[in-house]
Amino acid sequence: MTAQGDAAGAPAPSAAAPAHTAPPPRALPGGGQTRLHRLVAIVVDRPGVLNRVSSLMRARNFNIDSLAVSRTDRAGFSRMTISLHGDDVAVEQAAKQLYRLIDVLKVQDVTSDASVEHELALVKVRVTDGTRADVLKLIELMRGRVLDVSTEAVIAEVSGTETEVDNFVAGVREFGIKELVRTGAVVMARGSGSIEEAVKK
Amino acid sequence: MTLTKRDRTRRSHVPAAGTEHAAAVERAQREMLHEGSSTVSVRTAEHGTRPRIGADVVCEALLRQGVDVMFSYPGGVILPLYDVLGDYPQLRHVLVRHEQGGAHAADGYARATGKVGVCMGTSGPGATNLVTGIGTAMLDSIPVVAITGNVPSALIGKDAFQEIDINGITLPMTKHNYLVRDANELPRVIAEAFHIARSGRPGPVHIDITKDALQQQTQASHPADDEVVAGLPGFRPTLEGNYKQLKLAAAEIAAAERPVILAGHGVLHAGAEAELQAFAEKVNAPVAWTLLGVGALDERHPLAYGFMGMHGWKHVNRAIQSADLLFAVGMRFDDRVTGNVRTYAPYARIVHVDIDPAEIGKNVAVEVPIVGDAKRVLHAMLPMVEAVPPARRAAYFDQLTEWRHDSEGTSWHGSGAWRDGLLSADYVVQRIGELTRHEGVYVGDVGQNQMWLARYAGFRHPNTHLSSGGLGTMGYAVPAAMGAALGVPEREVWAIVGDGGFQMTSQELMTLVQDEIPVKIALFDNKKLGMIRQWQEIIYAGNYHSAHLLGPDYLKLSEAYGIPSIKASTPAEVDDAIRFAQGVKGAALIWFEIAGEQNVFPMMPAGKGLSDLIEEWGTAE
Repeated sequence: MTAQGDAAGAPAPSAAAPAHTAPPPRALPGGGQTRLHRLVAIVVDRPGVLNRVSSLMRARNFNIDSLAVSRTDRAGFSRMTISLHGDDVAVEQAAKQLYRLIDVLKVQDVTSDASVEHELALVKVRVTDGTRADVLKLIELMRGRVLDVSTEAVIAEVSGTETEVDNFVAGVREFGIKELVRTGAVVMARGSGSIEEAVKK
Repeated sequence: MTLTKRDRTRRSHVPAAGTEHAAAVERAQREMLHEGSSTVSVRTAEHGTRPRIGADVVCEALLRQGVDVMFSYPGGVILPLYDVLGDYPQLRHVLVRHEQGGAHAADGYARATGKVGVCMGTSGPGATNLVTGIGTAMLDSIPVVAITGNVPSALIGKDAFQEIDINGITLPMTKHNYLVRDANELPRVIAEAFHIARSGRPGPVHIDITKDALQQQTQASHPADDEVVAGLPGFRPTLEGNYKQLKLAAAEIAAAERPVILAGHGVLHAGAEAELQAFAEKVNAPVAWTLLGVGALDERHPLAYGFMGMHGWKHVNRAIQSADLLFAVGMRFDDRVTGNVRTYAPYARIVHVDIDPAEIGKNVAVEVPIVGDAKRVLHAMLPMVEAVPPARRAAYFDQLTEWRHDSEGTSWHGSGAWRDGLLSADYVVQRIGELTRHEGVYVGDVGQNQMWLARYAGFRHPNTHLSSGGLGTMGYAVPAAMGAALGVPEREVWAIVGDGGFQMTSQELMTLVQDEIPVKIALFDNKKLGMIRQWQEIIYAGNYHSAHLLGPDYLKLSEAYGIPSIKASTPAEVDDAIRFAQGVKGAALIWFEIAGEQNVFPMMPAGKGLSDLIEEWGTAE
């Protein structure tokens, strides 16, 4: 790099940067591509632990898409599946912040791991005498299961990945959805590894 | 529509008679009205002559944890505890005048001693008054255990008198919190609380105990230390740095030409001052410190470079901006330290050592993260780094020295005792430091006084500079000094406080008198909210809304409290006033009338970078 034009005070040609050129701005943590992440957390099954987790996510400015909580096979431990959008660094921050909670034993971001993912939805679809047969057929075609049939509605159950459930919901939407409930995804890493066993230590 | 007889039957407004719940509600209501306690309360010095209740367990547990003093205020539901406190004379109880003062005192005690501070209050307003103090401790990672009473468990959720969901309030601002409804849980909970508060990255823990749990008879025994640890499987702080990362850090240091070590509060928490000094000496790098890192290295040490950040020394910020390596230990790259992150230390690679993994990569991206305790990491790294001979850094140190001379010669810096015909605050702070031979504990409040203290008092020992850095709690100084004075009676404790902050917690003057706590108060009176005024002058085009505040005649105020006091308005009076306060056996107050328009310079306006320091403003004289 030359300093031509610099010393004389003449305008420097744009091609040659002066020797004292400003360094590039420091990269901020994160700022990468935002995508859906799935965090699996094993927590101590104590009153208030769900509140601690959700309060922390709110306070740290993370927006949870869905949160599924259940017992595990080991007494005293619960498992949470937290789905949230964010870039990798932000979600790593979220996981680290979760670790600060005394009741949180283990947090794993399984987004990039091979895993199975499942979600359950119940959909109450509007029917008339004219559409009932079509609706029932569609539900069957889309691998749903009919749980209840009444004069003006049927309740269908569907389970699968988030996309499969989305597709199902989109499919029956034209008949009119009276009510919809989704459990939020639960995930489990493929293979023999076990987050529960990892906690034991 | 006609009403049938059945419709007109009144529904009972109490739980079905005869059920367990009904009995509990009735008992709780009786207890609220203090009608016949369910426990026998025989007041004797001998523990054995009355049943042991939850309140006894609390006192026993505190004693087991080595607590010698607590700062508290009684109230309805915590009275069962006060009922037994007299049986535990080893537990000194300081009756504060406001729970916030109690929380700050516990915080000051903890900072000065390194032990866990304890404060206590009743339910409802007692608990909410503690909140500011707990938040202060949280943001500065101070080990404090705050205990509150709550209404009897059967009344929880019924909006009972003085009931508030304090557990919900402290949840996001404590390291952990508990609600105890059963006395049998108290031994475990209190032991866990102290363990959590002091281990890893320290922090406050709040324990809410229902009145019935305090009164409940119990035989529960206290857990051993290993049982406590085993009961907290989710709490295993990482103390040792990862060996590979340490190797990487050592390589970074070996390659660096212009390294700067940034020392934060974590160095003091870990007691790593000796390790820091040895490390800095071996790699021959200057040490800069954060506001809470003051005291990490004796300021007389040749490698001690100074206080960084928004109101830090210009030479220090220049060194950071030109550094090719920042070796940060126990600090979190707070916005007051970095300013605009985009322009922060643009040439530097960063090694970041912190005990809390969540701090690493939070505010700045770092090249080498190391999770671990500052003392252990520095100790482990010492043999791994190559000794750097002074000759290799000669040019660098020449530059640093030049910058330092530059910066110290700028106007407003130690430029004499007078400012607009009145006292210059930095001169006063400097004299307090000198006349106490830098051996005291100096507690800053928040605002200009805080910055003058950190910059000019001259610190030689760790844990002798106490300051509310994270939360920036005005009113912190006097009550925190109270706690520090009880924690380290061998040191003279000074509260450096502005007239604004002083008026927030001056009620604790009476506590100083009643409990004979020898705090020396240096009240900096410019009849302004100085830092507010400075920002309004520089950033808000001189729109001084609410920056001027009146104060009382502080000599009369002190007299009314029974505290000897003196006023100093000229440089000639400063030394005498300080000596007067030192000569008083108990608490004393000096009313320093200081210049009203003095600014703290340099200053980095919020949102700007460390290279955009303002050093002059308007006409100085």
